Amino acid sequence: MNGRRSIGQLLLNNSTIVLFVAVFVVFGLSSPKFFEPDSVMNTIIKQASFTGIIAVGMTFVLLTAGIDLSVGSNMYLSSVIAGLLMRQAGLDVLPALIVALIVGTIYGAFNAFCIVRLKIIPFMVTLGTLVVGRGIGTALTESKQIDFPPIMTQFGLTNVLGIPMPIIAFVIVVIIAYVILTRTPIGRQVYAVGNDIEAAKKAGINTDRVITMVYMFSGFCAALAGFILIAQIGRLDRSFGEGREFDAIAAAVLGGTSLFGGVGGVAGTVIGALLIQMVQAGLVFNSVNLYLQPMVRAVIIFIAVFFDSLREANLAKLKRRFIRPIEIEGQVQ
Amino acid sequence: MTTVLETRGLTKSFFGVAAVKDVSIKVSRGEILGLIGQNGAGKSTLMNLIGGVVQPDSGEMVYQGQRYAPRSPADANAARIAFIHQELNLFTNLTIAENIFIEGFPTRGRGPFQFVDRATVRHRTREVLDAVGLDLSPDMQVDRLSPGERQLVEIAKALYLDASLIILDEPTTSLTTRETEKLFEIMRRLRDQGKALIYISHILADVLNIADTIAIMRDGELVAYEPAANFDVNRMISLMVGRSIEQLYPPRTSRPGRDVLLELRGISAKGIVENINLKLRQGEVLGVFGLMGSGRTELARMVFGLDPFESGEIVINGTPLKRTTARRSINSRMAFVTENRREEGLLMNINIADNIALVSLPQFARALMLIDQRELVDSASSAANALQLKSGNIVVQPAKSLSGGNQQKVVVAKWLLSQPTIFIMDEPTRGIDVGAKYEIYSIIDQLAASGSGVLFISSELEELMGMCDRIVVMSRGEIYGEFTREQFNEKDILQAAFREGEGVLA
Repeated sequence: MNGRRSIGQLLLNNSTIVLFVAVFVVFGLSSPKFFEPDSVMNTIIKQASFTGIIAVGMTFVLLTAGIDLSVGSNMYLSSVIAGLLMRQAGLDVLPALIVALIVGTIYGAFNAFCIVRLKIIPFMVTLGTLVVGRGIGTALTESKQIDFPPIMTQFGLTNVLGIPMPIIAFVIVVIIAYVILTRTPIGRQVYAVGNDIEAAKKAGINTDRVITMVYMFSGFCAALAGFILIAQIGRLDRSFGEGREFDAIAAAVLGGTSLFGGVGGVAGTVIGALLIQMVQAGLVFNSVNLYLQPMVRAVIIFIAVFFDSLREANLAKLKRRFIRPIEIEGQVQ
Repeated sequence: MTTVLETRGLTKSFFGVAAVKDVSIKVSRGEILGLIGQNGAGKSTLMNLIGGVVQPDSGEMVYQGQRYAPRSPADANAARIAFIHQELNLFTNLTIAENIFIEGFPTRGRGPFQFVDRATVRHRTREVLDAVGLDLSPDMQVDRLSPGERQLVEIAKALYLDASLIILDEPTTSLTTRETEKLFEIMRRLRDQGKALIYISHILADVLNIADTIAIMRDGELVAYEPAANFDVNRMISLMVGRSIEQLYPPRTSRPGRDVLLELRGISAKGIVENINLKLRQGEVLGVFGLMGSGRTELARMVFGLDPFESGEIVINGTPLKRTTARRSINSRMAFVTENRREEGLLMNINIADNIALVSLPQFARALMLIDQRELVDSASSAANALQLKSGNIVVQPAKSLSGGNQQKVVVAKWLLSQPTIFIMDEPTRGIDVGAKYEIYSIIDQLAASGSGVLFISSELEELMGMCDRIVVMSRGEIYGEFTREQFNEKDILQAAFREGEGVLA
């Protein structure tokens, strides 16, 4: 049975790559500027970094069959606190970054606490903290815009060998996440928990610890992405980060991470994040009607998620319990 | 021979019913103990006691010379007792090696920089795979393995954990003959290496073939515990069956008619069921007997349209169907009481009235698709009263607050409201008390008397013999015997289910 896969299945299993190439070629042909290295670097990869970083954290959560809807609010709240400290206490950029990361991680830890100790389902917990987090942020700022000091935007313009800082941060996060997931015990346990949490408990895995870790990591990533994004624009208004959870989840799912847990990984998420940004940029380059853009994006994401569900249905078929030995070509297998 | 595990007078009751009564057995190094008994005889409870899933009311266990009182499965793991269940506990998304090491990976590096030592993992995995004769790459993902290979991976894992006692619960259900033989060969080798094994199976010939000692349980008690040489299959069956049927069943008040309500013609689905033919007549109670994993539930799901089948057809009231859906089945007045009411039969948090009305909701829809709430409640209460449901206010009380027997009545009431003529009941009396069972049996009789056909699926042979006009026996996805009421004989039917001797082929 092994190794016998039809071309259709092969395409299905790699649907995102197929979509990725198709979108790149189509947009590139219709607008040659799209292929230029500068636009590839600055309008695709750099812009994809923000969503990408959040999506990497989201990937961990999805792998445990959870979800984190609060990442957008987390970006906002952690940046608000860092921003207020910078402006009012004169904090420097790096300490402020550390504060933001701590706030984001605690935010994630709170999500984990509600899920693990209070046994509330992740969807409701993070939907709740989505509202609460933004609420606290608007209360702190009285919903006013925060203008960051110029040192913030200088930090944002840092680059190494011409590579913009957000891309470097993205690459570092991806490498760390990749190593954690594939090379450390807890990383492999994340997959085990997502595959079958009861079996994971029976196997002696501390599932509470694993779940707590993934939400804290998701919070950490959200805060990091938020801080870096602000360093690009220098100010923060009350809608900052809104709807980012949608892009992050979409990027992870596009990259082959299943919403049912246990399947996927960081490499795919990178592709997913780039694909989403590529669509976004391509629509701009091709001057597609501004009002139609969200719809086109949604359609492409919808198609990808649809493929995911086809994949799942395929898997479910393979997992069916067999009572009788299956005869293949007249031979008992 | 040194004793590995000994139980002394273990007793465990659930809600006043003894599941395990005063059981004393022991298993030694280099011994395979075969454990058999009918469903509900207490085998699983005994294993759960050993595995720390439940704790005994009285009695004690001694494991390798020390008192052993596990509070959780983790304690059993720590004591190096390995369980290999019919439902495997492997992570299908991980590799073989990762599954074996998931509880504790060997690592390299220090502090926060600890990485899985993949070379060691691979190397050790190859060793244990060799020991069970599996020539597979340690990096192969488990979902690409056959059921037999997965079973062997579980055993490899037990070997890696250096288990002293390995308990196998129905391990051969999904294995082919060749895989089963390989498993037995490995079990024998492990025994010769000084491991203790407990082997639980419904396939008596296998138990006879592999076990050194056989323990037979019935109604929670140990009824025989002797060297395997003292047994033959017939003696095993009579010991498992035991006493005669008591008067637990209401008299049947009608006889089956001639009209065929439901006919299955050659229903097959690869790996699940094979060429199933049967006819359900008006006013007939047709029993489907089979052991767990014989395909009876799968067949019921196909008939009702929940799962697809690959060939054959279902004829409902004369209309042949190549495929069907639950909606269509309900419209052709078919009802399906599923085997597990908690997950499939009831909306546990919803009130009783809404549960009862669920299937028939369209009947209560009036103008603009609005529900006529008063009529809904009226109909639900009359259905509840007809079944003598014991509950508080049915509009307020949620289904989960009812006892098992009353929950089952809610499920039945739900279907009665849609006035079905074909009733499929899958284990309708599982987990309910004797009184409630009697009432369910009475309902079955009344349904038949009113002209409906009932397909009564059960793994309790006694109740089928008490209630049915005819019994078909399923085994490994096939119909392996058919018995009319005059031919009912516990031994013959069990023999067909266990595939001992020749089935009376329909």
